[in-house]
Amino acid sequence: MNLSTIKQNWFSNIRGDILAGAVVALALIPEAIAFSIIAGVDPMVGLYASFCIAVVIAFTGGRPGMISAATGAMALVMGSLVADHGLEYLLAATILTGVIQIIMGIFKLAKYMKFVPRSVMIGFVNALAILIFTSQLEHFVGESWQMYAMVAGALAIIYIFPLFTKAVPSPLIAIIAITAVAVFTSSGVRTVGDMGELTQALPVFLLPDIPLNFETLSIIFPYAIALSVVGLLESFLTAQIVDDMTDTESNKNREAKGQGIANIVAGFFGGMAGCAMIGQSVINVKSGGRTRLSTLVAGVFLMLLILVFNDILIQIPMAALVGVMIMVSIGTFDWSSLRSLHLMPRTDALVMIVTVGTVVYTHNLSIGVLTGVLLSAIFFAAKISKVYVKAITVEGSAKKVYKITGQLFFASVTELVEQFDFKEKLEQVELDFTNAHIWDDSAVGAIDKIVLKYQENGTKVTVYGLNKESSLLVEKRAVYNKADAKIANH
Amino acid sequence: MFHKILLASDGSEHAIRAAEKALTLADNNPKAIIEIVYVVDGATSKADILHNWNSVDVDHMRKEKLMITEHKMKRHHVNYKITILHGEPGPSIVKYANDNKVDICVIGSRGLNSLQEMVLGSVSHKVAKRAHCPVMIVK
Repeated sequence: MNLSTIKQNWFSNIRGDILAGAVVALALIPEAIAFSIIAGVDPMVGLYASFCIAVVIAFTGGRPGMISAATGAMALVMGSLVADHGLEYLLAATILTGVIQIIMGIFKLAKYMKFVPRSVMIGFVNALAILIFTSQLEHFVGESWQMYAMVAGALAIIYIFPLFTKAVPSPLIAIIAITAVAVFTSSGVRTVGDMGELTQALPVFLLPDIPLNFETLSIIFPYAIALSVVGLLESFLTAQIVDDMTDTESNKNREAKGQGIANIVAGFFGGMAGCAMIGQSVINVKSGGRTRLSTLVAGVFLMLLILVFNDILIQIPMAALVGVMIMVSIGTFDWSSLRSLHLMPRTDALVMIVTVGTVVYTHNLSIGVLTGVLLSAIFFAAKISKVYVKAITVEGSAKKVYKITGQLFFASVTELVEQFDFKEKLEQVELDFTNAHIWDDSAVGAIDKIVLKYQENGTKVTVYGLNKESSLLVEKRAVYNKADAKIANH
Repeated sequence: MFHKILLASDGSEHAIRAAEKALTLADNNPKAIIEIVYVVDGATSKADILHNWNSVDVDHMRKEKLMITEHKMKRHHVNYKITILHGEPGPSIVKYANDNKVDICVIGSRGLNSLQEMVLGSVSHKVAKRAHCPVMIVK
């Protein structure tokens, strides 16, 4: 890296970056605290994570101007790990997640993103929105009317305040206003302080306090895999959105490695695993953030705010955070997918709904994505396994030409063979494969079967029109064109 | 005469009506060029990327939105140019109009629905207030 790229990556947009970074830091506080509570850990864990990840990824990430921190998607995955085994295991899982992500980056797994269909991605964000929303419902249980009023008030401020100015993020104004109301009326509603400790200290380097054995690994490994996949999926999606908004390119594999390093650092400094945030990245770009400097400023400014305003942070009523989270879930949900649901291909819509359903049922985004990808793979195989056979009888002779169209592979061979009538009395049959492609052994086997069956009945068969790949496979694997060919050879 | 005509368009019905007025201005003026500007804001970016995984599809989809407008231009044999910008629609159109010194902006009265307009304010109003050139708001 030379001097001019450093200048381009860091100092080409100083004013815009510092302003946008500060706005993002302000918007990050309520989210980091709320996501910690979703994960079931102290608010400091999310705040430390957001600080560490933002600062490290500013240097190591592959998409300048993208904001990474503690996120809802990751918090939802880790919830059961924290509940069953505690914070130390989460920190270890976070470090392992980082290691896995670095490996994924080294092996350039970003290119396999294209195998995740868009209907699965839409299902991913919709499920995420639904889970963030439902995770807020428990905060309403057994609460007073004051709490309900505060949530309503927070939402009103969040959506009405931008009409007057967009310079300050409206969720922050909502937090400040609702906190002021709670403090001055001493209403006694639950606050962030009741949910866990908030310390006024910089994060320190610590090794997770866990036994280093195989049992530990078997506990954290599934979580680390799920976290890696969910984290990279959301980050790549976010990177693509930032690419589009800024009309620039990003390096996805560098982003994977960068996020891995950031998560390792976060884990050692007592933070939970995180990834890129769609909402915050959009805020950053809209506020004028473009380079790595904006991400760095967001992280550093966040830490300053934690140190300075610690006393106030613990007095934030949960009601205000619930309001912010409801806004986050509304903003995350892809409403246009509801409007266009009836226009989507049936199978796409089904994949989307199944992805959402699986996530809501399992509370695990990675299982939902896997289910969605598998289901769409099956649908795709079903769609592409349609083969068409057109029979043309040559006039004045006992000869038929079969024109075969389609992809011949394990899923389509049964249908292919069924379309031939072997009992017909024919002298000669021609199989035209000009519009077909032979993909595997099953397809070669099917051709063998057709040819040999006809030959058993004394019909002469010629095969032609195979493309290069197909004929290579046929030459290597088929038996019909070899001496003593019998069906039994298959 | 208006030679350089900026037509703000998001492919909506209002924008298509605006396109017809822009053509009226350009007709019988062989020197006229209509600069069609489509601004993609953050929310649209997010939805477009989510619904069209790869950038080839995204480009294609956006060009498709302007297809009716483009057809109209071709039928009238008018010179035109399509530019896709990223950012807030109002300020982006104003900046493009002022930087490129266009002679007139033609813009639909509204493309968004009324609720969005109440929350976000109308784009046409912003352009009318801040652009340095005459602005035609098409009802």
